[in-house]
This record gives sequence, C-alpha cells and structure tokens, in this order.
Amino acid sequence: MGQTMVEKIMQKHSDEDAEPGKIIWIDIDIRSARDFGGANVVKNMNTYYPGEKVHDRSKTYFTFDCNVPANTIAYANNQHICRKYAKGEEIKVYDVDAGIGSHVLIEEGLLLPGGTGVGTDSHLNILGSIGAFGQGMGDQDIAFVFKAGKTWFEVPETIRIDVDGQLPADCSARDLTLKTVGTLGTKTALGKAQEFFGPTIDSLDLSGRITLSSMATEMSAIIALLQPNEAVLQECSEARGSPVEGIAPDPDATYSANVTVDINGLKPQISRPGKPHDVVDVETVNDVPVDSVFIGSCTNGRYEDIKAAAMVVKGKKIKPGVFGSVVPATRKGYIRLMKDGILEILVDAGFLVSNPGCGGCASGQIGMTGEGQVQISTSNRNYTGKQGAGFTYLASPETAAASAIMGRIATAEEVV
Amino acid sequence: MTVYNGRIWLMLENNELIDDIDTDMIYHNKYLAITDKSQMGQYTFDNLKGYEDFAKKAQPNDIVIVGENFGSGSSRQQAVDCFDDLGVICVMALSYGAIYKRNAINSGYPILTIKELDRSGLQSGDTLNIDTDSGTIEKDGLVIGRVQPLSTVQKDILAAGNVFEYAKGL
Ligand code: SF4
Repeated sequence: MGQTMVEKIMQKHSDEDAEPGKIIWIDIDIRSARDFGGANVVKNMNTYYPGEKVHDRSKTYFTFDCNVPANTIAYANNQHICRKYAKGEEIKVYDVDAGIGSHVLIEEGLLLPGGTGVGTDSHLNILGSIGAFGQGMGDQDIAFVFKAGKTWFEVPETIRIDVDGQLPADCSARDLTLKTVGTLGTKTALGKAQEFFGPTIDSLDLSGRITLSSMATEMSAIIALLQPNEAVLQECSEARGSPVEGIAPDPDATYSANVTVDINGLKPQISRPGKPHDVVDVETVNDVPVDSVFIGSCTNGRYEDIKAAAMVVKGKKIKPGVFGSVVPATRKGYIRLMKDGILEILVDAGFLVSNPGCGGCASGQIGMTGEGQVQISTSNRNYTGKQGAGFTYLASPETAAASAIMGRIATAEEVV
Repeated sequence: MTVYNGRIWLMLENNELIDDIDTDMIYHNKYLAITDKSQMGQYTFDNLKGYEDFAKKAQPNDIVIVGENFGSGSSRQQAVDCFDDLGVICVMALSYGAIYKRNAINSGYPILTIKELDRSGLQSGDTLNIDTDSGTIEKDGLVIGRVQPLSTVQKDILAAGNVFEYAKGL
C-alpha cells in the first residue's frame, strides 16, 4: 500500500510499520533545545541521568533565539546554564547571534529532506518546508531524546490539500498561507499531517515554503510537509556541502481527507487580532490606522521576505508616528541583506533594523505594543497578549511595509 | 500477559460516555501548585459535573471508563498522576487528547483505548477483566468488548516504569 510523506519518513526511521494511528519508535536525526525550555532540559538531564552523556553529541544542539541577547536576568541565567552544560558535554551552541533555530538547522544543512528533528520550539514543524519531519515538544520529552536518540510518535493521518489556481501578481506565499489558515481553521487538520499539491506549490521557493509550513501549528496540524522541488534540493545540497535526495509521497498514498484551497482571484490577506484563522481580504480593513509594524519571525524573516518589504518602501518614508522594525531570521540572512544594500533601503525609510532572532515575535525583544496600539506583524500568532497589550494583525511583508508607509492598513498596490 | 481486573466507573451524562473531558475537569488548575503526588488523588474530577465526590468514593483497583478526546486541554501531568495516586489501575477511553496521551505513556500510566464496548447491562460498580494481549474486555467470563492492543512503545515504557527509566536501559 502506498505511503504519504510522513509515513515514509517515519518508516525509514523505525523498525515498525508506520501505519496511521499506530504508536512507533522513531530515530531522531537532530535533537535541539532553545533558550526557552533549554535550561529545563539540562535540569531534567541532571535529575534523571546524572553523570551520563547525551546519546550522540554530534546530533545534539542548543539554539538561542527567543531572547537574544538576553534582556531579562531569567533568560541570561537560562542561556548560561545551557552554555555551561554544552561546554561540559561538547555540544554545539548556536548562540545569541545565530538566529532562529529552525532556520539555522536548514541553513546549516543539519537537517535534510526525509530527516527527523525535535526541539523545544512549537514551530519546529517548519522543517516540513524541506520535506523533513520536525516536531516541538516539552522539556521532559526533549531530555528523553537527548539521552535515547529516539522517541515515540503516533503516526498521524495525512490530509491532502490541493491549491487550485495561480498566485496573482499582487499576492505572495504569505497570502496563500493565510488563505489556507482561514479555510481550514483550527479543527480540520487537528492532529494530522498535511500535504500540499498544485502548480503553485510546485513552484514555491524555499522561503515561501517556510512561510506555509510555519503556520501548520496555527491550523493545529502536526506538520505541513512539502515535496521538495529541484530548487529546494539544490539549496539543501549547497547547505550540506554534498548532494541530497528528495522525498515524495507514493502515487497511491491514502489520505484521510481532501481539501481544496481556491486561490483564483486571491487578494492580499490579513488575520484580524486574536485569531490567526480570522482571515479577511486586506481591503476590507484598510481604513484601520496602524501604530507599529514588525517584519520578521520564522514565518517571514528570510532574505526574500525582507527584500520584498524593502522593494515596497524604497525611496519612501514611514508615516511619522508609526514605529517600524525589521528583524532578519538568521545571521547569514542579515549579512546578505546588508551586503545587497537592502537593510540600507529599510533604514533610510525609517525602519529600525535589529540583530537576528525571533525579535518582535517573542519576549518583547524589540519592544511590545501598549494598550490600544495597533500593530501589523508578519509573525504567525496574534493571540491576545502575545506581542504586547495591543491589537496585532498578521499579514505579508509587502502589506506590512505598505501599511508602515501609509500609516493605515494598506496593500503594496496602494503605495504610490 | 497484562490483565486489568477491577471495579468500573462509567463516566456518564444522559447515559452516554462523556466526551471532551478536559484537564481542568480532571484536575483543576487551582491545585497546580501541588507537586507531591500523594496529595493529588483527592482532587480528581472535583470539577466534573456529577462526579465531584469521585475521589472520596474511588477505591484502589478501580477502572475509569470515559468517551472521546479524554484529557484535552493543557499539558498538566497532574491530570494523569491523580489517577495513579488514587490507585485507579487504568483509564479506558474511546480516544485521548494528544498531549495527555504523551504524558500518560511517558509516565508509565496505563491508558487503554476502547475499540468496542457493549454497555447494555453494564453499570458502574461491575467488575471487568481486560486482557491487553488478546484485547478483550470480559464480564463474568463473557466478552463484551475490545481494547486496542498496547503498542510496543507503551509496553516497553510500562515495563521500565517510565520513559526516563526506559532510556537508562538503552
Ligand atoms: S519567531 Fe516566534 S513563532 Fe517563530 S520560533 Fe521565534 S518565537 Fe517561535
């Protein structure tokens, strides 16, 4: 019988048959802990396995991204607990200057299509963007994997999502992503893996794929897996320094449900404050005044995302009174953006550009919203209180950039 | 061979097994500061309508039977540990919330998934015999239902005690 991608990956990493609903042991290629949760992983290691080594230090990493560099003593302490432990165990640390852990794993070629990775980051399923299985977990679960090198999963059912139509010129992968989140809500994909099909999906570049996979969590899905195209394989091969193989579902794979997302005539999309799946066309809310704009996060913090925002604001100025910030996802992306003059365009327009990491998405790293403040963010969550006391809308880098210029919610087309 | 033999609690509302019992109904968040497991049992289900006095009436060796999506909600381990503290030997549900399942399996607490159960003539207080190898649920020697066989994973972890003990043997 044919298998979906998640079944194939789990099968390859297990001695048991990967049938949906079955709980099986799975070998984990990459085990990571970030500054959020990392100190507790260390504590668990010391409590449950005192004096013992991790299973394989060459597959184990710390990645600091939540609060970088630490702006609270608690985070500073936690990072230092991880560093000291890592030093003793000779585990590699991607420190406060490296960038968002999930992106670093891809960029450094540590995880490859068909591989498995876990970490203390609820968006580690972003690894689905390269056709790998990634999963965020609690600190006890991660400590267990540090020690055992494997863990158990219930093989999820897979939903097939067909994206019908071509992406219109004024829309990006983020608009497609928001349309998908709005269409599926939080129940359709609950506990399931997703696979996406269609010509638009086939031609999406890696940054667009990361954007789409990053919001599987907001759809309550286990992961959104995308079959890597040639360009993605090329990028993974370059990161790894050797050729990598792709992965694809079997043609006769079994899906538990089929959903179609229609993007014919799609318009730029936006999620209204409080619920990522409360998605509407940008034009229905374009009279809302905006106080602050954040461009970055694991959803839209890649080179391509930030360049797209820069193209909208080039030669223009942010509306006085609006605060705009840009945070590249990784150090490598930051350097490229700097060398290509993209950061200069953004700074000239009035944006504050900060060091790589989760930035505006976590822990108030580049500020928070105050009561009543309206923010547009390119991150993936707008739950009440997540990015401050204000109201957060979620949209594409282009929409966010346009809104900074106009001082109200606006599409890039409205900027003249 | 693993056999669970005990007195059952059918957790019912309008004569149906209750679905979607969340972690706040099992173990309310007002008791989250408690870290001593031996203090947890007494609060089990005290926020579940109709079963507020469950903990007072439950006895060691009891079996709890519930509906779909048992343990949805937060990730609190106490919602598993409270049953262990009371001596409830296993929980049987039609299905579980994903995190609850991870917590129960990792801590070596037996949770069983019901495939079928003939409830006619069955009531709380009856004694059932559940054999996880054959997957049968028996009453007075007659098969009245089936549970999913335990996965290798669950067997491994149950045998070791919990997931951390299991890792020591690797
Ligand atoms: S950018 Fe936000 S969602 Fe992404 S990993 Fe960082 S904190 Fe999590």
